[in-house]
Amino acid sequence: MFSKKNNTYYICVFFFSLFVLFLYGPTFTIILLSFQGPDGGLTFPLNGISTYWFEELWRGGSVVDIGSAFKRSIILGIIVMILTVVLSVAAGLAFRKKFWGSNVLFFTTIASLIVPSIVLSLGIALQFRLIDDLTKWIGNSLDISWINDSFQTSLGMYSSGLGAQLTWTLPFGLLIMFAVFNRFDKSYEEAARDLGATPWKTFKEIVLPLIAPSIIGIALFGFTLSYDELARSSQVMGSGNTLPLELRGLTTTVTTPVIYALGTVTTFVSFTVIAISVGFYLFLKRKKGI
Amino acid sequence: MPNLFKIKPSVGLLSLPYSLVFIFFFFIPLVLTFVISFWDYNEYSIIPDLILENYRYVFENCFSFENGVCVTFKTYLSTFMFCLITWFFTLIIGFFVAYFLAFYVNSLTWQIALFLLCTIPFWTSNVIRMISWIPLLGRNGLVNDFFLSTGLTSTPQEWLLYSGFSVVLAFVHLYTLFMIVPIFNSMMRIDKSIIEAAYDSGANGFQILWNIIIPLCKPGIVIGSIFVITVVMGDFITIGIMGGQQIPSIGKIIYVEMSYLQLPAAAANAVILLFLTLLIIWIMTKMIDIRKEL
Repeated sequence: MFSKKNNTYYICVFFFSLFVLFLYGPTFTIILLSFQGPDGGLTFPLNGISTYWFEELWRGGSVVDIGSAFKRSIILGIIVMILTVVLSVAAGLAFRKKFWGSNVLFFTTIASLIVPSIVLSLGIALQFRLIDDLTKWIGNSLDISWINDSFQTSLGMYSSGLGAQLTWTLPFGLLIMFAVFNRFDKSYEEAARDLGATPWKTFKEIVLPLIAPSIIGIALFGFTLSYDELARSSQVMGSGNTLPLELRGLTTTVTTPVIYALGTVTTFVSFTVIAISVGFYLFLKRKKGI
Repeated sequence: MPNLFKIKPSVGLLSLPYSLVFIFFFFIPLVLTFVISFWDYNEYSIIPDLILENYRYVFENCFSFENGVCVTFKTYLSTFMFCLITWFFTLIIGFFVAYFLAFYVNSLTWQIALFLLCTIPFWTSNVIRMISWIPLLGRNGLVNDFFLSTGLTSTPQEWLLYSGFSVVLAFVHLYTLFMIVPIFNSMMRIDKSIIEAAYDSGANGFQILWNIIIPLCKPGIVIGSIFVITVVMGDFITIGIMGGQQIPSIGKIIYVEMSYLQLPAAAANAVILLFLTLLIIWIMTKMIDIRKEL
């Protein structure tokens, strides 16, 4: 039926190739266009070849402080990655047995993936606004001087921004853990337990090495989804914008290939992270010999 | 209650940090949104109250059709259209790609490699993937160059970029993966011997596709559809950028109201949007049991 000799097979290969071209083609055009000469515009033809627009980007040129936005995004991405790995692995272990509230938590996880991001972003912004009002009220009524003098807002990258991104990355982490434990052979653990290992030792010596490749996958989701996250954090980042937020602003103001250069740089960062993760994953798989 | 004492407390407790994140950054914000949608506001602050004014404002002029359809209904209608068209194309393309990967690629290594190839763009920036259409679809873009040089049209086509067309194109470009993954997952669970049996009994390729593969993929199709439809329903970034900030969307209304600090009005819109989204999901999940599919 699905033989490689008939025409259907070749038609399928052809359409699949078209789809891959559709996925990657546009990105490669902007990578190409970012290497234009100084006279280059937003479209073809290429006007010479140079790294002028990257230098322009580096100098700051027409672009608002991209360097610090970039730094913020990387730092936040790493924090989100670590929290996503730790929290979803812990929750994944808990979900191996039914526990009080596990159904609710499961549906919350799914709901978090499909709730419109702008709604959640608004909700978190409202919440932190109320926290601010409450803090100021407490400061006033109890006459706490540091609140009255210096408190502005609790909204920020490492409070509301971090939380908003976690509601997006954690569900992916937990779903990966579900997939892992659905296919997990329990006999290794049982053997360890029978030989007298403590639960912690069983986890550290047996379970963790076995699920290590999947943890790389969770880390990859945690970092890349945070690094590119925009909709959920759009209302709650406070004063310091992350790279995607700056980028979105630039789409309406910048009319030079400098935006393509920026696109090339962020895409390069994403590709590097993906390549490292895949390499690390394969390494761990091979080491395990499974 | 009896179950509470039978389980080992230490294991269930491991989910506590995870749960706390969702209580604090998911449950409370959504409850507050609902509550504040009944509050009053002025230019400076939001005022606790219990009024329906915000909802009345959303549907202002909507139930007298003297001046045509109201802004709110127009916006929802436009969003529903985007949902429908995007859903159609992502389903067709996603199903086809999953079908190819699941049935025509025989080695597991190749399956994983090609699947990864489809997934990698999901881990890169959406905004960059949107603006990467500019050199292709713009007034002086490659597509227009092609049209002009072959004489298909005599003037550059303006509808290619910053239009409904480019919005749908970007949606399909960004979100077809949401269809591929669950459909591929369903297809991988199909017992190949069923297909062989049908083939041996004389069914042709189309009959196998229509009577066996599609019915068995229904759960994957429904899950993918839920993802695509909800993401389009709440979108304001793609419609904003690819629509040249000219096409209305519900997300955009909420966004603008927030920037004018009309927070209770934004909350009312958010509640309606959330309600409609949940309604659509509820209708779709009537068709399957999601828990069985993981």
